[in-house]
Amino acid sequence: MAKSSLDKKFDQIRKREEEKTFSTKKRSRIVNKFLNNRLAVLGLIIFTIIILASIFAPLLSPYDPMRVDLRSMRQPPSFDHWFGTDSTGRDVFTRVLFGGRVSIFIGLGSAILSAVVGIAVGCYAGYKGGWIDVIALRISEIFMSFPQIILVLLLVSITGQSLFNLMAIFILTGWGGMYRLARARMLSLREEEYVQALRSFGLSTFTICYKHMLPNALSPIMVNITLSTAMFILTEAGLSFLGLGVPLNIPTWGNILNVAQDILILQNYWWMWGPVGIVISVFVLCVNFIGDGLRDSTDPSQQG
Amino acid sequence: MENKNNIALSVRDLKTFFYTNNRCNKAVNGVSFDVEKGKTLCIVGESGCGKSVTAATIMQLLPTLSRIEEGEIKFQKDDKIINIEKLEKNGKEMREIRGSDIAMIFQDPMTALNPVYTVGFQISENLKYHTNLNKKEIREKCISLLNDMGIPLPEKRVDEYPHSYSGGMRQRAMIAMAMACNPKILIADEPTTALDVTIQAQIFELMDKLKKENDTAIILITHDMGVVAELADNVAVMYMGNIVEAGTADDVLRRPTHPYTKALLESVPVLGRGKNQDINPIKGSTPDPYNRPIGCQFAPRCNWQTESCDVMPEITQINETHQVRCHKYEQFFEKYK
Amino acid sequence: MKKEILKLRGVKVHFPVQAGVFNRVVGHVLAVDGVDLDIFRGEVLGLAGESGCGKTTLGKAILRLVEPTDGEVKYISQDDDETELTSLEKKDMDPFRKKLQIVFQDPHSSLNPSFTIFGSLQDPLKKFGIKSKEERRKIIGDLLEAVNMRREYMDRYPHEFSGGQRQRIGIVRALCLEPELIVCDEAVSALDVSIQAQVLKLLMQLKKEKNLTYLFITHDLSVTEYLCDRIAVMYLGRIVELCVSEDLYNNTLHPYSEALISAIPVADLDKQTKRIVLEGDVPSPVNPPKGCPFHPRCPKATDICKTEVPTLKKYSTNGNEHYASCHLIDLPEIT
Repeated sequence: MAKSSLDKKFDQIRKREEEKTFSTKKRSRIVNKFLNNRLAVLGLIIFTIIILASIFAPLLSPYDPMRVDLRSMRQPPSFDHWFGTDSTGRDVFTRVLFGGRVSIFIGLGSAILSAVVGIAVGCYAGYKGGWIDVIALRISEIFMSFPQIILVLLLVSITGQSLFNLMAIFILTGWGGMYRLARARMLSLREEEYVQALRSFGLSTFTICYKHMLPNALSPIMVNITLSTAMFILTEAGLSFLGLGVPLNIPTWGNILNVAQDILILQNYWWMWGPVGIVISVFVLCVNFIGDGLRDSTDPSQQG
Repeated sequence: MENKNNIALSVRDLKTFFYTNNRCNKAVNGVSFDVEKGKTLCIVGESGCGKSVTAATIMQLLPTLSRIEEGEIKFQKDDKIINIEKLEKNGKEMREIRGSDIAMIFQDPMTALNPVYTVGFQISENLKYHTNLNKKEIREKCISLLNDMGIPLPEKRVDEYPHSYSGGMRQRAMIAMAMACNPKILIADEPTTALDVTIQAQIFELMDKLKKENDTAIILITHDMGVVAELADNVAVMYMGNIVEAGTADDVLRRPTHPYTKALLESVPVLGRGKNQDINPIKGSTPDPYNRPIGCQFAPRCNWQTESCDVMPEITQINETHQVRCHKYEQFFEKYK
Repeated sequence: MKKEILKLRGVKVHFPVQAGVFNRVVGHVLAVDGVDLDIFRGEVLGLAGESGCGKTTLGKAILRLVEPTDGEVKYISQDDDETELTSLEKKDMDPFRKKLQIVFQDPHSSLNPSFTIFGSLQDPLKKFGIKSKEERRKIIGDLLEAVNMRREYMDRYPHEFSGGQRQRIGIVRALCLEPELIVCDEAVSALDVSIQAQVLKLLMQLKKEKNLTYLFITHDLSVTEYLCDRIAVMYLGRIVELCVSEDLYNNTLHPYSEALISAIPVADLDKQTKRIVLEGDVPSPVNPPKGCPFHPRCPKATDICKTEVPTLKKYSTNGNEHYASCHLIDLPEIT
């Protein structure tokens, strides 16, 4: 019987063990597993590059994303304009970089803030139970029973377009998922004996649930934050594409895409929407890879 | 050795290693024993000593990141001898042996039954696969099995779901499932650890009955010396992947010769000896399997440790049945003469 | 004269069973159903019984980790001041939380994995007025040494310790406020046999050094017999027998205790006795049988057992007080 690759790996490990040459590097198992996940590492690298590029946008591009230059309208990609220029002569590459700042800010910011709200409510309600829990649960159910996109459209049309309105709406519609996750974790942690021990000392609810229990609930929440970052970036892009997201004068990935509404541009000027579309997809894909990698590496039932 | 035909299963120099986190854990490191028909072999040891892994190896139920390294598991099926370790893990032959010739019951009866199927269905699965009975016969067999296990109203109970069974009844249903095809060997992995003592007594009574009536060989895995004293015909004491002492219950319990066995017996309070009995804890704790002591695994915790213990002692046959893995067994065994 | 530290009178803990769409209460789990018990200063009182008999719930009810539905838990201080604990407001309970502590069963869930030992133990100390960090470190370090562990271990995380070590840290946590009574809830049951003995010895040694009282909850009667001065046997939320530990073994009065003792496997080939195998399982505490709760499984049950609930009566064996609740006891009752 031919030896399978697993068998060969086993032989190697056993040989090392017998020669006592196994690596004794002390690295956490979670980090190890994450680093062994190639997609996640690739995701993390591209993610970092895109974020750094957005942060240092002014250093990377000589142009102003807002400046109209009528002499260089609709130019295809060239050495001067890497992604070409748009209908008003603005450099698309610069706009993608600056747009990334706003888009990532919205995505990450909404994800973190909705997590903060969700965790704050979920931890307390999950640990305490009783009427607070019932009320919070019902409210989150109400939010979750509307199709999210319609709710967002509705709220945008009521409150009007602005960056902070958009974030507020994202938080309002997004905290429910976080709340439920945090609550579910707390419900199971509540039965752990160390929590009972803390209660037997009569420590305050606040200390027990936010200081002692929350750190143990964080790993699934972190995974969820990365995944919802991706979701918020996509929603922002979708809304801005429809013209309902961030006001059009601020460059965001969605607003850059907005020009593709024009059939003429869609057909003739691919560089105005192609690169930004790819950047959005790649970024979201990377965030999802990181999220999956985190989930696998923090899951103790999966061996690495 | 005794008459060969009496031996249902014979394990020789079995080694099973686990490979996780790029390290190798020698969970079972050279274990040999025989299981006789109609006898109970108790494998005793603390958690992490490799007793459950031994059982899983015999059933070929090991996880992916582990494998059988060396050794033989010879199973006597009718007149043939089958080498289990050579069979493919999920091959046809292994599946035929599992359940019909060698059956296993597990520690936690609460999770070992599937909650979405009736108990009767779960027992009949086994019969459907391994026998040629028709539907009606299978159902009758299920009912009679439950009846044998002492479950009241088996005609009604057979169609119920596990949640309406209590812990003790679930364990009986598990045993019924295991006994469905009259296995030659029953492996019980801590079958009563999760149960109350009064229920434990019921299960023991049942296992004793099965052994006598069906001539089943039982491998009972436990950590409780009390259980050993009650049920075992033969005993094997395991520590860190090795059998350190083996023999009949009489040999091991009355004349413990390995320091570990002795210490194990002295460290539990015995009911009826009152408040003034002396219990002697074993010093230290079980070593990290990735950082094992050199030589005798028990040496660092042993009160009689000497330099010679830096070499792993060989198994010594003290008499026909009693064997021990210790350099200094003589000084203990002297006392019993 | 022995002085009580706790007096339990008619303690009941009932959990509501909810069902249906509107979570209507359809019944109650009678986890603890009327327990009278005195715990004396300096003794080790064993509380034995099978799972579901309410022994853990009773232990937690004393500390108000579960709220008793009914009954009184009185704490008697060294100066004979009686305080009824169950009616206290949460914050008035604090001085008594210092006196009453608990050690848990499962060494794996009893320590917070995200904190160092010092990190998880310092908050209670802070709460009870030990403000300086040095002082907290000293207290925890001293206690770690008292349980035969190294002082430096306080800066390690729980996953670096073995089961026995974790259990000792659990004991340190219970000891850190210098309590008078410790409830040991199956404190050695989850440990390996070789470790179990270490922890038992340690508990006995600490009791002597620090003048502790233990309420030792366990299902293992051989451990109770070794460790305890008196043993209370519980069945379905009630105490069925309460006596000096030697008498439980030598002069068993209640048929349930008798069956329980005979069912315990003994690691001694010379002491093998005939098991009394009880029929059936422990009945559901939602719907306990009428009459004596033990009668459906009792090999000796008569007609009176099916109708009348026996009360805990006082007898005398070997000159010791011996309580039991059974209709069929042949001894004269002491009033």
